[in-house]
Amino acid sequence: MQTLNFEYAAQQPVARRAHVGVVGSGDLEVLIEPSSKPTTHVRVRTSVDGYDQVWKQVLDRFFSRFQHAAQIEINDFGATPGTVTLRLEQAAEEVRSQ
Amino acid sequence: MKTTDLDNAITKERRDRFLSRQSVIEMRARERARSLLDVGTFHELLGPFDRVESPWLPLQGVVPESDDGVIIARGQLAGQPSLIMAIEGAFQGGGMGEVSASKIAGALGLARRDCESGKPILPVLLLETGGVRLQEANLGEAAVAEIHAEIVALRRHVPVIGVITGMVGCFGGMSITAGLCSYLVVFPQARLELNGPEVIEQEAGIDELDASDKQTIWSLMGGEQRYETSFVDALVEDDATLLKQAVLDLAARGIPVHHRSENVEAYTRRLATIDPAAPPDGPALRRLWPRGEMP
Repeated sequence: MQTLNFEYAAQQPVARRAHVGVVGSGDLEVLIEPSSKPTTHVRVRTSVDGYDQVWKQVLDRFFSRFQHAAQIEINDFGATPGTVTLRLEQAAEEVRSQ
Repeated sequence: MKTTDLDNAITKERRDRFLSRQSVIEMRARERARSLLDVGTFHELLGPFDRVESPWLPLQGVVPESDDGVIIARGQLAGQPSLIMAIEGAFQGGGMGEVSASKIAGALGLARRDCESGKPILPVLLLETGGVRLQEANLGEAAVAEIHAEIVALRRHVPVIGVITGMVGCFGGMSITAGLCSYLVVFPQARLELNGPEVIEQEAGIDELDASDKQTIWSLMGGEQRYETSFVDALVEDDATLLKQAVLDLAARGIPVHHRSENVEAYTRRLATIDPAAPPDGPALRRLWPRGEMP
């Protein structure tokens, strides 16, 4: 298991918190909460070691479009980059929807 | 082969039923709990944001889950107060750790206190588990023992209903949990057994049981076999509406006069007729222990 931390500049905090996904094979869970700071902090715990650069690229791309300030925790059990992006999109949709 | 209008009608009816059903097996544990409860009444206790996760898994290099794989939800089931305890089979094979098992034991204890103070609540366990999580060994075992003690205390007040849907099934110490329930509902895809097929093959050899032989495994421990040999009380197809109805029907029966686990002598007599040197196969067991002949 490897723990990774990322920080992104952000603006308005997300409106509410949301939880999506499950720590099952090839999947991950995402916890997203409003942040009081103008940044988004992402903590990743992943079962697969040594993919720091891939995580950075996937998250860089996602947070180039998602500008809300949030505290995000990811518990990953070997999800592919595509699945990670889909789960992040799902979490973003949850905090946007009513 | 010529298809008749009757064949077409049957096929269409089956296809429509298949398409209109709401599969419970395809749901995750939280969705399962939500699907059982009346719309808008789902209230989760110790949810993901309470972060009551396993302290032991990260120490062993295993990624934990924010709810430790157990969903505890209060709500209403057809208007009656209900407590749903759902195990997430996708996380660590539904393995029970100190935290996840304590969540269930604690919830059962709260339900018992409610019942004792004159506020009955219907407890429903969704058992999708390989038993105790190896990484938490004795701590998991101890907490599962607490679950058992709480079920025995609670079932004096209300029927405790267990559900095994599949595809994980219910094994190990948690199969004892299932055996302590007042009533059990299964899907055909479910399996219920103390030792899982892989464990039997590993410990006793492939001659004893081939863990890749699904037909044999389901003929011995599958949902249909367990129903036909009276180890469970209801067999339903994989559908949320049918499951909810089955749970309500069993709840309406009230507390059983004798719980299965109290019939020790009768089960011992049953076992005494079996020759371990030539054990019966699935169909032979159905003839030996037919449905409706609960000891």
